[in-house]
Amino acid sequence: MYQILTKKVLNPTVTQMEIQAPLVARKAKPGQFIILRVHENGERIPLTVAGTDPQRDAVKIIFQVVGATTELLNHMEAGDSLQDFVGPLGNATETSGIHKVCIVGGGVGCAIAMPVAQEFHRLGAEVTSIIGFRNQDLLILEDEFRACSDRLFVMTDDGSYGRHGNVTLPLQEMLSQGETFDQIITIGPLIMMKFVVATARPFGIPVTVSMNPIMIDGTGMCGGCRISLVNEDGSRQTRFACVDGPDFDGYRIDFDEAMSRGRMYADFERHAYEEACNLYRNI
Amino acid sequence: MAVNPKKHEMPVQAPDVRAHNFQEVALGYTLEIATEEAKRCLNCKNRPCVEGCPVNIAIPDFITQIKLGHLEEAYQVIHQSSSLPAVCGRVCPQETQCESQCTLHVRAKMDPVGIGRLERFVADWHNEHATEKTHVPEANGHKVAVIGAGPSGLTCAGDLAKKGYAVTIYEALHTAGGVLVYGIPEFRLPKRIVAKEVETLKELGVQVETNVIIGKTLTIDELFEMGFEAVFIGSGAGLPNFMNIPGEALKGVYSANEFLTRSNLMKAYQENPTTPIMKGGNVAVVGGGNVAMDAARTALRLGAGHVYIIYRRSMEELPARREEVEHAQEEGIDFRLLNNPVEILGYNNPENPRDPRNGFVTGIRCIRMELGEPDASGRRRPVEVPGSEFELPVDTVIIAIGTSPNPLIKSTTEGLEVNRRGGIVIREDGLTSREHVYAGGDAVTGAATVISAMGAGKVAARAIDASLS
Ligand SMILES: Cc1cc2nc3c(=O)[nH]c(=O)nc-3n(C[C@H](O)[C@H](O)[C@H](O)COP(=O)(O)OP(=O)(O)OC[C@H]3O[C@@H](n4cnc5c(N)ncnc54)[C@H](O)[C@@H]3O)c2cc1C
Ligand SMILES: Cc1cc2nc3c(=O)[nH]c(=O)nc-3n(C[C@H](O)[C@H](O)[C@H](O)COP(=O)(O)OP(=O)(O)OC[C@H]3O[C@@H](n4cnc5c(N)ncnc54)[C@H](O)[C@@H]3O)c2cc1C
Ligand code: SF4
Ligand code: SF4
Ligand code: FES
Repeated sequence: MYQILTKKVLNPTVTQMEIQAPLVARKAKPGQFIILRVHENGERIPLTVAGTDPQRDAVKIIFQVVGATTELLNHMEAGDSLQDFVGPLGNATETSGIHKVCIVGGGVGCAIAMPVAQEFHRLGAEVTSIIGFRNQDLLILEDEFRACSDRLFVMTDDGSYGRHGNVTLPLQEMLSQGETFDQIITIGPLIMMKFVVATARPFGIPVTVSMNPIMIDGTGMCGGCRISLVNEDGSRQTRFACVDGPDFDGYRIDFDEAMSRGRMYADFERHAYEEACNLYRNI
Repeated sequence: MAVNPKKHEMPVQAPDVRAHNFQEVALGYTLEIATEEAKRCLNCKNRPCVEGCPVNIAIPDFITQIKLGHLEEAYQVIHQSSSLPAVCGRVCPQETQCESQCTLHVRAKMDPVGIGRLERFVADWHNEHATEKTHVPEANGHKVAVIGAGPSGLTCAGDLAKKGYAVTIYEALHTAGGVLVYGIPEFRLPKRIVAKEVETLKELGVQVETNVIIGKTLTIDELFEMGFEAVFIGSGAGLPNFMNIPGEALKGVYSANEFLTRSNLMKAYQENPTTPIMKGGNVAVVGGGNVAMDAARTALRLGAGHVYIIYRRSMEELPARREEVEHAQEEGIDFRLLNNPVEILGYNNPENPRDPRNGFVTGIRCIRMELGEPDASGRRRPVEVPGSEFELPVDTVIIAIGTSPNPLIKSTTEGLEVNRRGGIVIREDGLTSREHVYAGGDAVTGAATVISAMGAGKVAARAIDASLS
């Protein structure tokens, strides 16, 4: 069993926890993730490692409540234990040769982007961060990003905080004014990442996207997390995001297919979420 | 007394009943049937059946004990060669192994002795009646790590633990058992049987560490730093192959591994599961092995309307166990042989990109095949019949065309040699190209059988013992 060491509510739907998992704490690198089960009979869900403290055997996760399992997890408290916690999975984010980077995070994707931004900062790269949220209530990790970024843009869709607009707005402005980056790294909803790629494309700046398809085992055994990479000649290659990713070359991703696959169980998930919510409402 | 030419029938759940539940299909021999079946054995001097068993169980000896009514003795005979008799008695492809060599079959053209069924009977009897406590051997001070809790790893761990080794099994998933828990369904191999084997190992002192992926959580080099003196790799062949035809990314297309894992390991077959799976509608399963049969019959039990097996060769080449094919046919699985898929078709509403049905499977396009000249494997090669394409309307497609060894361990272990197909290269005794690192089972051979994986675990355990003692 894996004990919850700390719990902190970041905003009404996003929570941070530290989990006791010594082996993962020693190994995890920025960009990698874990898979957990809350209880026996629970679903396996992937979450990114948001930081580690090997001295305390602690692995930090930051999650958004979107469905049944994250709802369940959100009702756990420090001192409770999780049934399973396995990792670190996937490949660490590539940092070599990158001296000037732009990190673009959206929503809870910012939680995934944060350790990557911190790592680049630690390595001495020049870090520009653009983080976007639907509104002020959903803002998370602003201070953390400020601490590791040379430049920070905070955007909200409705203008309730920071600048009004999408994350692509400052990116578009910078690129149009002749700014260049060795790499743009974007993490967030697929639709946002798709537009970040579209914004960068005319300028030919390489874009890394972090894919988060539905997963089960996370070891390359089920193939459920497969995504298609499109080659220049239009031919396609299948990749498993859990072992070949989660980072991929944004220019080669078939986003429309990934978005469609992500909705495969929409009906089931809605139903399960309602049941989980009812469970707590009745108590 | 003349020998009954027929094997005693296995009592089974009626096809129309079992097609709607996940309980075991074959109910097992009763003592009376087992005794009668045992009497068919001629106790041949030359023991051809023993040669047909990959681990050389002393078949006539255990059958003789059944005839005498000495069931515990019968179990002990089997147990000398096999650690998983309750499993192998159920899932071995007996018709190509022990039973294929049986004199009754080879000489007299009768049904062979039901060796597998007798083995299962004896193992089940033992599990139900045996009372003796597991004898925990004295520690010999040596530490061995085993990677993977499938049949090869469990067997290697068990054999070493019995000799006093301190063994730790590292398993990537949250439950031990390998394919026996995530692949083979409950109706063919109840989970409690595998769980019991794992419990017995734990009683022997074997540590089972789930949620540890070697190559990620720990590397093989780190295992040696932690004081393990030898490592056995039994990581299986879990990487699913796809066909690379258009439409494989549509919603409703699964690898058999994903479909079976969702149903078995994640318990989507139970009421109110937490892990979703597509149920109902029509289902096409591509492939002809045990995996394909399991996927098809699982889909049926989950509530599919019509289930097709699409296989590019004919019934004769179908590699699945005969009994499973017969059971599948009785349950109403529709075998479409000599057909090969060329495309999976999906729904697309160009008027409304938000139509929730967009991107879901609607059918599978196949082409008819003919058998041509024999290929390298000796089987006649299927060739397409031009212009013979046709479509089957289905909602789910499950691809069961084989798996390969997972490259995770190889890519994180320097100096570990693998062959062209990704199988770990070993010597006869299981030693890999790395000192003190052994391997066996599907990780070496590619997808094979439970009994061969178990046998490989035994061979490696012997070699590890020889090198450390
Ligand atoms: C490699 C990886 C890293 C991830 N890291 C984080 C993280 O650090 N923090 C975080 O909050 N979430 C992260 N996710 C997403 C997270 O796994 C899902 O939100 C979670 O599985 C939802 O489970 P649920 O049972 O609560 O909701 P479900 O009922 O399963 O789903 C509810 C909603 O979430 C969507 N959803 C389901 N699975 C995913 C998924 N894998 N990714 C995105 N949306 C999904 C569904 O389409 C649905 O709309 C990550 C996903 C992957 C693959
Ligand atoms: C659906 C299905 C039906 C089958 N039916 C039959 C049948 O009827 N009869 C028969 O004889 N055979 C059958 N087989 C084949 C048989 O199950 C396998 O040949 C056998 O299980 C192989 O055993 P193994 O120990 O080599 O590997 P596996 O059983 O595959 O076990 C490997 C284990 O290692 C774990 N692992 C992998 N990588 C790592 C890692 N890096 N770190 C830690 N752990 C790891 C895996 O999670 C798994 O638990 C079937 C297979 C399938 C998939
Ligand atoms: S282990 Fe398999 S091959 Fe050997 S005797 Fe038993 S059923 Fe036959
Ligand atoms: S070959 Fe058949 S009849 Fe002869 S000993 Fe073996 S099982 Fe009995
Ligand atoms: S999650 Fe199963 S292969 Fe990636």
